[in-house]
Amino acid sequence: MAAPLTLVLIIAVTIRAILFRSSLAELLIERVEVVSPLNAWKRVVEGLALLDLGVSPYSGDVFHETPLIIYLFHFVIDYADIVFMVADGITAVALYLAVQDYNKNVFRKQKYALEGDRYPADCLELIRSPKEMYYIPLKVALFYLLNPFTIFSCVAKSTCGLNNAIVALFILSTIKGSALLSAIFLAVATYQSIYPLTLFVPALLYQLQRLYIPVSLYRTSFWLFTLQYASMYLGSLCVIVCLSFFLLNTWDFIPSVYGFILSVPDLTPNIGLFWYFFAEMFEHFRLFFICVFQINVFFYTIPLSVKLKEHPVFLMFMQIAIISIFKSYPTVGDISLYMAFLPVWNHLYRFLRNIFLVACVMLACSALFPVLWHLWIYAGSANSNFYYAITLLFNVGQILLVSDYFYAFLRREHHLTHGLYLKRKDGSEATLVLK
Amino acid sequence: MTSRRCILLSVVLLWCITHASSEKQLKLTEDKNKPPTDVDRSLSEKSPEGQLHAQKSEETRDTSKAEPDQAEKAKSEKQFASKEADVNRDDISDQQGKGVNDEAEFKRPLAKDQFQEELVIKPLPSGDIYSSFQFRTRWDIDFFQPGKKVSHYRLFPKSLGQLISKFSVRELHISFTQGYWRTMQWGQPFLPAPPGAELWVWFQDTVTDVDGAWKELTNVISGIFCASLNFIDTTNTVQPTASFRSLGVGNVTDQKFLRYALLPREIVCTENLTPWKKLLPCGSKAGLAVLLKSEKLFHSSFFSQAVHIRPICQDWQCRTMAWELRQTLNVVFDLYTTGQNKKEWSLFKMFSRTLTEACPLASSSKVYIDVTDNPQGELFELHPSSATLNQAVVLGDRRTYAVYDLKMMDTFGSLRTLNIVLRWKTSSGADMLRPLLHGERYVAGYGLQTGEIHTLISNNHPYRAFPVLLLDVVPWYLRMYIHTLTVTSKALPNKPSYIHYQPSKDRVRPHLLEMLIQLPPNSVTEVTVQFERALLKWTEYTPDPNHGLYVGSSVISGLVPSVVAMDTNSSQEYPLFSTFFPCKEESSYFVRVYTEPLLVNLPTPDFSMPYNVICLTCTVVAVGYGSLYNLLTRTFQVEEPSPGLVKRLANVIRYFRGVPPL
Repeated sequence: MAAPLTLVLIIAVTIRAILFRSSLAELLIERVEVVSPLNAWKRVVEGLALLDLGVSPYSGDVFHETPLIIYLFHFVIDYADIVFMVADGITAVALYLAVQDYNKNVFRKQKYALEGDRYPADCLELIRSPKEMYYIPLKVALFYLLNPFTIFSCVAKSTCGLNNAIVALFILSTIKGSALLSAIFLAVATYQSIYPLTLFVPALLYQLQRLYIPVSLYRTSFWLFTLQYASMYLGSLCVIVCLSFFLLNTWDFIPSVYGFILSVPDLTPNIGLFWYFFAEMFEHFRLFFICVFQINVFFYTIPLSVKLKEHPVFLMFMQIAIISIFKSYPTVGDISLYMAFLPVWNHLYRFLRNIFLVACVMLACSALFPVLWHLWIYAGSANSNFYYAITLLFNVGQILLVSDYFYAFLRREHHLTHGLYLKRKDGSEATLVLK
Repeated sequence: MTSRRCILLSVVLLWCITHASSEKQLKLTEDKNKPPTDVDRSLSEKSPEGQLHAQKSEETRDTSKAEPDQAEKAKSEKQFASKEADVNRDDISDQQGKGVNDEAEFKRPLAKDQFQEELVIKPLPSGDIYSSFQFRTRWDIDFFQPGKKVSHYRLFPKSLGQLISKFSVRELHISFTQGYWRTMQWGQPFLPAPPGAELWVWFQDTVTDVDGAWKELTNVISGIFCASLNFIDTTNTVQPTASFRSLGVGNVTDQKFLRYALLPREIVCTENLTPWKKLLPCGSKAGLAVLLKSEKLFHSSFFSQAVHIRPICQDWQCRTMAWELRQTLNVVFDLYTTGQNKKEWSLFKMFSRTLTEACPLASSSKVYIDVTDNPQGELFELHPSSATLNQAVVLGDRRTYAVYDLKMMDTFGSLRTLNIVLRWKTSSGADMLRPLLHGERYVAGYGLQTGEIHTLISNNHPYRAFPVLLLDVVPWYLRMYIHTLTVTSKALPNKPSYIHYQPSKDRVRPHLLEMLIQLPPNSVTEVTVQFERALLKWTEYTPDPNHGLYVGSSVISGLVPSVVAMDTNSSQEYPLFSTFFPCKEESSYFVRVYTEPLLVNLPTPDFSMPYNVICLTCTVVAVGYGSLYNLLTRTFQVEEPSPGLVKRLANVIRYFRGVPPL
């Protein structure tokens, strides 16, 4: 199994190495779809240049990376290409191992359920066989490494790739059951871009499940573990933030990084929903809508955790997807992370309602982004509405994709308890509806 | 009791009169105390004014005219002091005697003030005519003497005096300019100014809230000059570290007290000129100011009016302070193309007025015509012929001027009017010496995403290298990337020896880039820096967003080696012993060059559809929220066939009857 993974890695690295040398790298480094003000490589270099001039990188409004990134690239600025390739490799391997472990878990649970005869008799079709699950980890790695979005993001040296690697390591350590490492990586991911904060709940749920601690508010063991995990998380977050303080001896990075993420002052176009909305917003409604849009990202955690408390890994996928759709400065690199999970939900394929439509929308939008950008910015024959329309469509596509997977997942669960071929009261074949 | 009061009054009066009339002698004795300078020597050689007619005096120098040069500040101070010996004594004592009589009623000791006016006309090599007015009011008073409030004003405008005391201003320089000074065609101006409005102020070091004082001051000045200086806020104010040194006495170097702002889009027109003219002691009623008719002044290629206030020394020892107000107005008339290609001009043609008298309040009132290119009178003819010739080193070049003293009745001739006419005998003009320092700027690149600012600084000196300071203020919406900064001279990288960079803050402050660059001789140095154009909020654009947004001129300042020092063939005119080592005062001079302002287009949102955007984006968010809400709150159920219409109707009826439904 390691051989095909190595092969995929070699292919991925070769593609990236070739593209780094090509003129595409120059083009991608400025593409608004691939880099955002938050993670553009140009801004990292600018931050380092400012540091060389003796000016604090956070005194201006160009640099919004965390001090950890400055510290990292202060040493490896000459090997940046390699760093980004390695980060992609780490993400792929971590996801590979994590999914492998998760699948083992799923299979074991399924076996217990079968032995306990808990599945209805007509659900055998839905039972997953080890044969079809065997290639899923490899597919995940393949989906991540050879996804054009990931490749573009890597070639543009968007630091999004590093954040993805941290999130992937967090997923791996969570699934492997290492609470401390999981908390540390989650803290680093939060420190990098706030939003992974919402992954705290799925990680907690997964580990509770792993330790056979039931999620019940009246159990001390539940509270004990929650407290333990939360304190590990907050402790490591504190340590990282303080380390960053001592690195530059200033708290300036807090408003410059987190204030920048939350208050969205930079309206550079990107594939998200924020830029045009806030460019066109009436001044006295701005604060209200910023609050609404930011709460929107975090809000889904609560109902989703209640609904999916038995399936923390799917919850994690949902959270990552929601973050990448509704975050303030999304790039294609964020999308590639949740897309890598799609092979894990292969078995939901038969319940997906409009996957063809969504796939077409996403492909068409990806092609239209550069075209409409060119028409607006360079040719002058279109205006901002054209690009805005495509971002809207792209986001509708993503929302449909995610909700479709959610629907399919819920429906499969329903079938696993109620049987696949449901009958009406009068005995005729029934159709399932949401009520 | 009354007799005693009478005696006291008369004593005060007498004292005042004697003080006023003796001030000239005092001045002269002060001058004697000075070490003899070049200028003093030349002045002492100068014959009494009445006998100066038609006498060519090569030695006479008067450089006090139009020196914006801060390096020669001390020197010009001396000249100003010495120049007072030059004025018509009868006139001044007359005026001041009158002033004393007025003031005696207020029983105040008289603070000495005086007013000078001057016009320099210079035919430019391109055929245009450059006229430069300077009005200088000097007041021997200290606004900041503790416990003493200045409330009686004579020549000094009260509005500006109050402004100085209220905001504790040490130095104030403001200019309003319409048009761009074309250095390569016109040479260096006497007083450079960038297009639009420029304001820079040094505050006293006693000011604690400099930003607050600056904000109020800009609003007050905006009211005084009817200009939109209220658009000066933190987003276009900077504190340059080296480019704008204080020009008055007292060497404050902490740039904490300096504020500099430039509004490149400010339109200058009559409403700015009228309040400016009202600051003059004679208004536009008499003296040179009668020429300032706005319908002519604004029908020109270049117009610039400025006000400079600075503290100067009262005397050579510099024990007490005096304040100097200089009002300058520079205008370039395009008489060549509008006058049917005839290079002929007269005061009447330019200003549609002639001169009839000097301002009665002025201690000196002179018109200078640049006749350097016409030593033998072969190129053009000046009518009435020049009264006095005057040679001076101006901007590093030795120039000869014909002087008309308006204080002398003879100047106006029998018609009691002075209309200077210049007729060219040949159509070919004289060659202009290329300006030694020149700067230009443009934006490179295409599209609305990124761009590159190119600044070209040329050093046209054949063999001398000299350093210049480049100041660039770029608004925040052009996000400048300092790591892309390159400085190249003669295709080789030229590392600036000093860089001061302050990155911008969105909607708060602009980028400030200051560099000290050594310019190799006879070279063009190119400074490039890349930027990214920001998309702004729809309310942040100007009313005509597709016109583009202006970026103010960058400022190049430096000490330029003088042309006189460069000229090694001048030995025939001067004793050999004086020309071997270049004279210090003349070896270099201060020049400030402003480049063109930039016009940069930014990407714009569609201004017509804020409602649509809010609706559409909210719809997409609602689609996301709705579909997740749907899946979260509902459960899967087997769809039962819905009952028929009749059955449903029956059930409604049964519901009202209170019977269980079918």
